[in-house]
Amino acid sequence: MPKKLQETINRIGIPRLIITAFFIFLCILAVLLGLPIGSLISDTLVRTGMNGVLVLAMVPGILCGIGLNFGLPLGIVCGLIGGLISIEMNLTGLKAFSVAVLISVPISAVVGYFYGMLLNKVKGSEMMVSTYVGFSAVSLMCIGWLVMPFNSPEIKWPIGKGLRTTITLTSRYAKVLDNLFSFSIGGIVFPTGLLAFFLICCFIMWRFLRSRAGIAMKAVGDNPVFASASGINVNKSRIIGTMLSTILGAVGIIAYAQSFGFYQLYQAPMMMGFAAVAAVLIGGASAKNAKISHVILGTFLFQGLLTVALPVANKIVTEGNLAEVLRIIVSNGIILYALTKVGGGGE
Amino acid sequence: MSENTSLNLQRDKGNSLGLGGIVKKILFDNMVTILFVVLCIFGIYFSGQSLAFITGELITRIARNAFLVLSLIIPVLAGMGLNFGIVIGAMAGQIAIIAVTHWKITGIAGFLLCILISTPLAILFGYFTGRLLNKTKGQEMIASMILGFFANGLYQLLFLFFIGTIIPMKNPTLVLSGGIGIKNTIDLSGGIKYAVDGLYRMPLSLALLIISLILIVINIYKYLETKKIKRKDNEKYLFSVGASILLLILSIALMVFRTSFMFIKVPFVTILVIVAICIFNVFIVKTKLGQDFRTVGQDMHVANVSGINVDKIRVTAIIISTVLAAWGQLIFLQNIGTLNTYGSHEQVGMFAIAALLIGGASVTKATNSQAIIGIILFHTLFIVSPLAGKNLLGSAQIGEYFRVFVAYGVIGVSLGLHAFKQQIEAKNKFKSQ
Repeated sequence: MPKKLQETINRIGIPRLIITAFFIFLCILAVLLGLPIGSLISDTLVRTGMNGVLVLAMVPGILCGIGLNFGLPLGIVCGLIGGLISIEMNLTGLKAFSVAVLISVPISAVVGYFYGMLLNKVKGSEMMVSTYVGFSAVSLMCIGWLVMPFNSPEIKWPIGKGLRTTITLTSRYAKVLDNLFSFSIGGIVFPTGLLAFFLICCFIMWRFLRSRAGIAMKAVGDNPVFASASGINVNKSRIIGTMLSTILGAVGIIAYAQSFGFYQLYQAPMMMGFAAVAAVLIGGASAKNAKISHVILGTFLFQGLLTVALPVANKIVTEGNLAEVLRIIVSNGIILYALTKVGGGGE
Repeated sequence: MSENTSLNLQRDKGNSLGLGGIVKKILFDNMVTILFVVLCIFGIYFSGQSLAFITGELITRIARNAFLVLSLIIPVLAGMGLNFGIVIGAMAGQIAIIAVTHWKITGIAGFLLCILISTPLAILFGYFTGRLLNKTKGQEMIASMILGFFANGLYQLLFLFFIGTIIPMKNPTLVLSGGIGIKNTIDLSGGIKYAVDGLYRMPLSLALLIISLILIVINIYKYLETKKIKRKDNEKYLFSVGASILLLILSIALMVFRTSFMFIKVPFVTILVIVAICIFNVFIVKTKLGQDFRTVGQDMHVANVSGINVDKIRVTAIIISTVLAAWGQLIFLQNIGTLNTYGSHEQVGMFAIAALLIGGASVTKATNSQAIIGIILFHTLFIVSPLAGKNLLGSAQIGEYFRVFVAYGVIGVSLGLHAFKQQIEAKNKFKSQ
């Protein structure tokens, strides 16, 4: 029996157990401290939907063999461009949201294609290279945001050059998905549209992974030599995976922004990739394997942890931002843990 | 594949076809550095700054940053790539500074105490970093980077929440008004500011004079030495002697013609410390430990077979690097004069690595001279890019973002190129088998 227990613990991973236990502990603490449970649950639901698509973007990356896609900011930047164009076109509501998505998809597909070609040239160090590709893309776009020819007064600074650092979506499409068919039971508000959007994205990905191209992609990620021997074009499959990841990053940031209510430009997307990576790892994925269930579970756990930790921490320590520090430790700790499992070590 | 063979062809030509080929090879091998020389010249021209101003700034920045950059070299030697974990060493340095500032020990005594406190901390941190990196072989760089972020979280936990609660500390100049947590910025003036820099400041012309004389002596010695054993490449020492004589003439000219250069002062002791660390980096290669570093760096498997404890050597390399980084951060902060408690260390790794790479180093090869050249180029760009951006494009912000982009971009490109080369080498190996 203890052996079986040991095996289960190994399979789940000690950090994951700690995080889950910590989450449950925080929830109990929240109840004891008399925090409004209803709004905490609704916040968790909203934040799960908000971040879900960004986390989903990790799945094709991991499965096609490029590992954890730290270069997610590349897709995010494409999504931001799409979102800004939809505002520039003076659209509102669900239509504006859809247009933003429709514009950003081809942009991110093209960017993802070249990004995938780059990653094919650096097999073995994809994670390091992708991190710095993401960083450089964000800093290059900082110059981009300063010189882009947008004219809408909502996007531009009233005086001087360049675009605003945060662009408010209140009069455009803030919370269009959140409020779509939303209903409340006993103080818990369900952001039906948002969750449905997330689940639809998950379903499409699930379907894709069972299609011909998806199975080929998974084979490439599993064992490139074997895949190549069985006649699969390894590089092409990896490019498809990278493209999908980038596209989901673009769509993800638009879904994120509509719920958050703002587009954040300049340095903001820099670290967003890390949060997504951490979430999928918490859900049970590794640098080699990921499932849709990992995405849903991981996003819920990670975002739930952050949502509950904030008011609990504020009750205990009034000064400073304990929840933010917690986020840094948890997210980077789980990434480190996953890296130690990549291989090579432990001889 | 075809690119690679053409490259090899070029190299072969370079060996056999004389000057043209050699020039081509030099250009190709130092592509990054040459690109940045050109960028810097453009930047200096368009910024419209006087050369004297830029030189003065540059000397301050070399003295400030060189030590940190030089702390990266040993892990590269040991095949662990660029150690983003120097951030953790920097944290050790800052912990020491906060303690010493709290005890109000000032000047050089305070600085020495900082070194005394930070060293055991850095050894401990380095040990854990090394252990972790042994578990993530092949992914050391990303692991050390993430470890830096992770450690930053622990560091914040320590100084934001443990000070005043678990660790009792009553000091209104350091602790936030609520009694918990260290303030965001700590003023070091009146503390250890300029503790080392201020010991003795030498006029630039005199410093140049001394340096050129030393270089002349060293190079003549090396020339004679190599002539005795009839090595062929000894012309390069004669060339260096010529260059040093030019430097000598320049320094005398600076003394004779009273230009604005005469106001530039060099922090002599700091430069001395930097020279010492350069010598350390050279001499460690000649020791048994240094040879082990190189063996492990070239091939872990071979090293293991020949009886070297690979894991232990790798941990040692990281410990040395972390300790040096802690000292480097102390030198950095005594010059800056304000400690940004939660921010000073964050960018340290990135900027040091970018500087090293700009100097022509790669993931597998880095030398002292590459580090120094890199610092000069990178910081020239730092000094001139806001003004150049303003004059050229009408916005200082663009220049500002441009240099951030350069820092990230150069790391990305050189990591990419390295991985690309590795892939091709692996393919060639596969084919030849």
